[in-house]
Amino acid sequence: MARMKFLCDSDRCIECNACVTACKNEHEVPWGINRRRVVTINDGKPGERSISMACMHCTDAPCAAVCPVSCFYTTADAIVLHDKDLCIGCGYCFYACPFGAPQYPRVGNFGGRGKMDKCTYCAGGPQADNTLVEYTQYGANRIAEGKLPLCAEMCSTKALLAGDSDMIATIYRERVQKRGYGSGAWGWRTAYRETLGA
Amino acid sequence: MRTTLALLAMLAATPVLAQPASTQPAGPSATQAPQQQPPHPGAPEVQAPVPEAGAGRGAPGAGQVPATTEPGRTTPAQQPVAPQQPAAAAPTPAPAQPAPAPFGDRGQPDAAELELMATLRGERISGRISIPNQTAANLIQPAGRSWREYHNVTLAWVGGIAVLGMLAILAVFYFTRGRIRMEHGYSGRTITRFNILERANHWMVASCFIILGLSGLNLTFGRHLLLPIIGPEAFTALSTWGKLAHNFLAFPFTLGIVVMLLLWAKDNIPNKLDIVWFRMGGGLVGKGHPPAGRFNAGQKMVFWMTVIGGGLVAASGYLLVFPFTVTNIEGQQWAHMAHSLISVLMIAGILAHIYIGSLGMEHAFDAMGSGQVDINWARDHHSLWVEEELAKARATVAKGAKAAGAD
Repeated sequence: MARMKFLCDSDRCIECNACVTACKNEHEVPWGINRRRVVTINDGKPGERSISMACMHCTDAPCAAVCPVSCFYTTADAIVLHDKDLCIGCGYCFYACPFGAPQYPRVGNFGGRGKMDKCTYCAGGPQADNTLVEYTQYGANRIAEGKLPLCAEMCSTKALLAGDSDMIATIYRERVQKRGYGSGAWGWRTAYRETLGA
Repeated sequence: MRTTLALLAMLAATPVLAQPASTQPAGPSATQAPQQQPPHPGAPEVQAPVPEAGAGRGAPGAGQVPATTEPGRTTPAQQPVAPQQPAAAAPTPAPAQPAPAPFGDRGQPDAAELELMATLRGERISGRISIPNQTAANLIQPAGRSWREYHNVTLAWVGGIAVLGMLAILAVFYFTRGRIRMEHGYSGRTITRFNILERANHWMVASCFIILGLSGLNLTFGRHLLLPIIGPEAFTALSTWGKLAHNFLAFPFTLGIVVMLLLWAKDNIPNKLDIVWFRMGGGLVGKGHPPAGRFNAGQKMVFWMTVIGGGLVAASGYLLVFPFTVTNIEGQQWAHMAHSLISVLMIAGILAHIYIGSLGMEHAFDAMGSGQVDINWARDHHSLWVEEELAKARATVAKGAKAAGAD
């Protein structure tokens, strides 16, 4: 089985936010929820980089570690998913997540924030694959169809890579060698305790 | 992009590297550069398109291609190049200086480096975001790992030891000291210890506290203790109700704490008698009853623990129940840590309070139950208060009236 990861090549990301839009559209994510977002650091200064960020599907995921109801599970492809029927919307995963991935349909309503929602790596949830109930709760299940996450698939500059860790790391390293620079794999040290020294 | 790159490369090129070499994308000139300065292929090769990089690989110094074609930004090992980035703007002729990288910003640490720095400094990597949710502008917050460590390890241990340790102490105390009996038995005459407002308020706070405490403990310990027994669906149902109760009972709890403060603060101001009480072991371990006013030093401790601790728990709890309205992620984490830590310590303290108010001492429960306590019990435990109350009662008696009974 593959070890699925995301890798954002920030030297290619042009902050077009198409990944964000594609994600929202593919999964019909409601208002206020952004499973993926683009953050620009050093905006307008030397070293400006835009990074598309979502759930990184961490090794030893912090969200799973702190969840009071243990609603998280990791698939054979190392994708971190959760069961919304078990989630109580306590918000602990958001405190633990290094990437701000968990989203809540409501914010600040006496703590009643609804079931947590996050990037599923386009892999749906615990419901039967590609059923209406799965789509309603978690969005599309492209992995079950043999496809990769849409955000990375449609990225116009191919800044966002999704796929098996070794494969996307190799692609990234080749790019860095050819062009001679690379700002590294964002979040990899934090999520996988691994760096792509480019 | 390319034009900027070429421009900067031109500026950056030192006299050692001939100007044409830096602008020409042709292969041969690029391979010249490494020949002149093998350890630092520098600008021309860096900005080269694909075929040129291939040429670079075939060059004599090809051994270091993967590592050395990097302009130094990505690997700390290439430090000698990195700090010289500002030189890119100033083409001062320094023959020994290696060629700087093509971009002015290439000296910046890479992602892994930034993440490590943020972790060590306790900072977040954040930037600008174009969606309304500004909380999402945080790219990486390594502090989440510390919070996880606190929640899973520190809190579990502190809470476990505090609660179980207190229960163990109370059990040992019960089996060695036993129930504290009334020395002089019941007289049959009672005095009002707490009026209806005081009792109603106490039980409002108490019932809220028990549910808040249990639902709170459930969030930390439930998945280890309850979840395996009752199964995930039932546990989620229980935890959902627990969370709802926790969020809403916070309000009557806070109200009760405020009323408590107003009702009892004046009788809970520490004074010299408290030192005597502590010296005599509070009548718990030693013999005899130390003199006490309406509240003895032990009760004062419980009072201030409840009011101050409860106040802090309430304040931090409101930050959690209205997430991100007042604080950012760091504030939320701190609020949770303060909330949970004070809470488990308070639970331990209140367990002792529950013990002494019920099982641990004969007749103590009636003070908060019916509100009426036997005059003998009151004289033993709150001698000065009884005197005060009796004096007040006598003051209402008309002068010259004949005393009846034991008054």
